[in-house]
Amino acid sequence: MNKVKKITGMALFLPVFCMLLVMLVNVIYDAANGNFAFNFFTISVRNGILYGRLIDILNRGSEIAILAIGMTLVVSSSAGTDISVGSVMSLSASFCCMLLAGYGVASASTLAMPLFLGVLGGILMGCVCGAFNGFLVAYLNVQPMVATLILFSAARAIGLLLCNNVIVYVRNDSFGFFGSFLGPVPTPIVIAALCILVISLLLRYTALGLYIQSVGINKKASRIAGLNSEKIIFLCYIVCGLCAGIAGIVASSRITSADSNNIGLNFELDAILAVALGGNSLGGGKFRLAGSIIGAYTIQAITTTLYALGVSTEQAPVYKAIVVIIIVTIQAPPFKAFMKRMSDKRQLSKGGAAV
Amino acid sequence: MKKQICLFICIILLLSGCGRLETNDHVEPDSGQDSKNLIVVGLSQVGSESDWRLANTRSYRETFTEENGYYLIFEDAQQKQENQVKAIRNFILQEVDYIVLDAIAETGWDAVLTEAKEAGIPVILSDRFVQVEDDSLYTCWIGSDFEEQGRQAGKWLKDYLKKKGRDEEIINIVTLQGTLDSTAQIGRTEGFRQVLEEQKNWTMLEQQPGEFVQAKAKEVMEYFLKTYPDIDVVVCENDNMAFGAIDVMKEAGKSFGKKGGIIVISFDATDAALEAVKRGEINADFECNPLLGPLVDENIKKLEAGQEVEKIQYVDETYYD
Repeated sequence: MNKVKKITGMALFLPVFCMLLVMLVNVIYDAANGNFAFNFFTISVRNGILYGRLIDILNRGSEIAILAIGMTLVVSSSAGTDISVGSVMSLSASFCCMLLAGYGVASASTLAMPLFLGVLGGILMGCVCGAFNGFLVAYLNVQPMVATLILFSAARAIGLLLCNNVIVYVRNDSFGFFGSFLGPVPTPIVIAALCILVISLLLRYTALGLYIQSVGINKKASRIAGLNSEKIIFLCYIVCGLCAGIAGIVASSRITSADSNNIGLNFELDAILAVALGGNSLGGGKFRLAGSIIGAYTIQAITTTLYALGVSTEQAPVYKAIVVIIIVTIQAPPFKAFMKRMSDKRQLSKGGAAV
Repeated sequence: MKKQICLFICIILLLSGCGRLETNDHVEPDSGQDSKNLIVVGLSQVGSESDWRLANTRSYRETFTEENGYYLIFEDAQQKQENQVKAIRNFILQEVDYIVLDAIAETGWDAVLTEAKEAGIPVILSDRFVQVEDDSLYTCWIGSDFEEQGRQAGKWLKDYLKKKGRDEEIINIVTLQGTLDSTAQIGRTEGFRQVLEEQKNWTMLEQQPGEFVQAKAKEVMEYFLKTYPDIDVVVCENDNMAFGAIDVMKEAGKSFGKKGGIIVISFDATDAALEAVKRGEINADFECNPLLGPLVDENIKKLEAGQEVEKIQYVDETYYD
């Protein structure tokens, strides 16, 4: 009993549990269909690259995981969400492709400038957007939802302007690298892992994580304690923009084009959801980065599972919503309190019988 | 400090406003139009989602020029139906002479087309069809026979398999469908299905929408390959989805195309896809003629002369393999 409690009491128990639940559905489905029960988990090497459902989830979930990093920091520091990340992804992808193909060119097979510069430009564009959001939130005290609403609606349109209203194709293999493979491993997985590593090292070996949490818990008190609250919030938004920029490059590299209308569409919702699924409060303050990352991959696992169950892509969002409702309910404090009351009651009746 | 910031934001808003105006070709048509007696045409285009669409837009732009006696107001709907409804309302307000509509979805047009009819503006539908209660709401429809394209694809596959001596084998087929409820998706799926039903040895394993875009098609194709180990044919309802499918098959090390392995059938026959046909990556590509401009022009000329036009008109199409 004590052991169970110890495990359920662990910080990341619920996010991990939810993820396992989603995987269990796959195992049951495979077994019911007469396939090898652990089909879902098998990873093989085919054609020199890793191949398997788990790899697909890690690969496809990279963008959401990268976004979730930035989103976690923003939520924690400013008690609000950045709803512009999806649009910013699209903008940085468009800007990067515009730089690489040259303005007004719809399809280019030779790069107009070095790959490095184009990608850097795209990522910088993300940072600029993040700085704009951060400036509004931190220094002008605009509500985060309202401040980021500006770029939510504008960034995609700016991207279209940059691309002259067409889908810009960069048909060059070197640009496709960020969406294809690094050795046997899909590059997006490597990029996501690097982003997670850098940020978590930064949070672990500097006091930044502590600062962000204290600003999120009480902005005024932290300032009195000597922290520059505005600067910290500003920084968080820049990191969020940076993440959106990187995610945008990955997304556009996958299709070697800048499809402004579709890149990052509805990703802001998935990113916010990832933070919530990770057991982080959207009211700011304490946060667990690992939770958000697990949340991000859980979302992708749900999507992939729905494909495996044969749900049509058009209907998938409905089932996704149902699963999310269940997961969020399990994690909600009133539900947890209810479960605790129930177990206490059981304990009590058991104890009573003994006496 | 605060004042400066306000000013800064105002300027940014102003600037972004200007930009949009320019790209949407949202220019008032009144200047110089009466003196030259130009025919004002309002064109509501779906978006710029595929190479086909770009070629289609180019065809209109090249046809409706001032030299040909037209003034074109072009509205790009960015793949949103509400933008198209808005655009048509604008055309009515601007009192254009003709409205050319390339509808994003087939349903939901009764109200706005009734408004156009009441304003006395003839509506010419191009490429995609609409379903309205009263078919006098549009003058005519000009476009591709998508069902015929689907049938052609089916027949081609039948002949191809016979040639390869595989007409007795079990043939497993998957389809990457277009956006559900779009004319191209409905027609191509239905046309192919008609041939499919006649063949006892063909099985359609699954059809999933890939929304006509490469990224979505990649995701769906990845799933197809993992779920069904022995796919013989993949039918992609446009070229961009075919590119997505090809990417995935390459990554998974599957053989495909003319060299054997999975047979790839695609529709639209854009330039980039024809190169892929030449390289042998796509087995057959069924043309969807994007050059609708001249046909629409012909019809407008007839209407101007007071002649009747046929309600349904198809363009000539072929295929490449």
